[in-house]
Amino acid sequence: MTTRVSIKKTMSSGSRRFNLDVSFYSRGYYTILSGPSGAGKSLTLRCIAGIETPDSGRIEIGERVLFDSENRINVPVRERKIGYLFQDYALFPHLSVADNVGFGLKKLFRPLSGEGREKVAELLEIFGLREMAESLPRDLSGGQRQRVALARSLVNHPSVLLLDEPFSALDHSLREKMRAELKAVQARFNIPVILISHEPADIRAFEGDIVEYSGKGAVHKNSSSGTKLFSAAGYSPEASCQKVRF
Amino acid sequence: MFNAVELSPLLLTLKVAGLATCTALVAGTALAYALSSYAFPGRDWLDAFLTLPIVLPPTVLGYYIIVVVGRNGFIGKWLDHYLGISLMFTWQGAVIAASIVSLPMVIKSARAAFEGVSPDFENAARTLGQSEASVFFRVTLPLAWRGILAGAMLAFARAMGEFGATLMVAGDLPGRTQTLSLAIYDAVQAGHDTLSMQLVIFTSVICMVMLVSSGKLLRAEY
Repeated sequence: MTTRVSIKKTMSSGSRRFNLDVSFYSRGYYTILSGPSGAGKSLTLRCIAGIETPDSGRIEIGERVLFDSENRINVPVRERKIGYLFQDYALFPHLSVADNVGFGLKKLFRPLSGEGREKVAELLEIFGLREMAESLPRDLSGGQRQRVALARSLVNHPSVLLLDEPFSALDHSLREKMRAELKAVQARFNIPVILISHEPADIRAFEGDIVEYSGKGAVHKNSSSGTKLFSAAGYSPEASCQKVRF
Repeated sequence: MFNAVELSPLLLTLKVAGLATCTALVAGTALAYALSSYAFPGRDWLDAFLTLPIVLPPTVLGYYIIVVVGRNGFIGKWLDHYLGISLMFTWQGAVIAASIVSLPMVIKSARAAFEGVSPDFENAARTLGQSEASVFFRVTLPLAWRGILAGAMLAFARAMGEFGATLMVAGDLPGRTQTLSLAIYDAVQAGHDTLSMQLVIFTSVICMVMLVSSGKLLRAEY
């Protein structure tokens, strides 16, 4: 599975402007977007998911072109088949664990099909959530919430899993465990993962292509574009971005 | 407590305020969703226009309503000519007046409720393959309905108390268009002290219940 991303986007609010200019190519199972906060990592992920639209460029996952400004291609979010794990998981607070997991299978104003219910039961079993199927997200621990969010994002067989700082909401003792779980999930579903992290522990755990963002140059030592920290798969990712203030 | 003659303004008020609240609820929710979701040109002006009934004197609203649906109004003339209907001096006219004054109550509450729903929830639903209609009915509305309903309660209380515009549009015909607030005015004028006190207390109690329920609904659930 190859991922090719080459996008530009300018965001402005008031007198502040932010330029994102990133391009990378990855063939491994894991791609890690790393760099200081505010450098545009989340924005990149949101562009891949289709939540934000780049000003120009091209996004290609596997054989599918999701965005191409030259050919006026912009696949809507709902058709991109992308699993997205939000930083705080964004579990639907009004729905039970089972309804959260089955959300992507249910159609508006129609009950979940028998096949769908089986699929949900299978995912709950895999993620060890069977006992809390009827609980609301607010009653779950951090680790359980992450499992629900993962199960929910995998229900429609996405072609790639995007994780926005997946472990930042967890306490340290839990992170190691959830890293191992994520690896197991990746292997089981055989799905490429793009994740954001600035933790060396994550970079060690998920051997893969590193896309290094520069940004607030003074804060970050490796601020030159195209810096390669680790690249287990041996491909050379490049990324550059800059923050401009007027 | 009330005899048949005294009961009629009460039932009429419940009917008028109930229908006005339903109208304001549907129109207000749709308008609030548009105002909170889309940045279209003139949004601030539309918002101000829809808020006008809160600040304008009821007589001004009554005047505008007459201009629109009165016998010579541009909708009123059409209704009269093609359907033979006139809304002036009817309880339906009172519903129109009450709907207009209670609309901003729903819009204000519903807009705050919609803006309180984190876009992450809606985006999560989109990444799960859901259409915009599905996102609205399965995520946005269920997360905002308490705020919207709280607004509907305020709208009902406001519609019940409507006086000025109703008087100008529907008049004060006992048994036909005389609502509670008009009946209270008449009772006080005629020196019916017991009746006016009963109606005043009844109105106050209902409005109090509405405000308390509205406040309870607004307390965070999740």
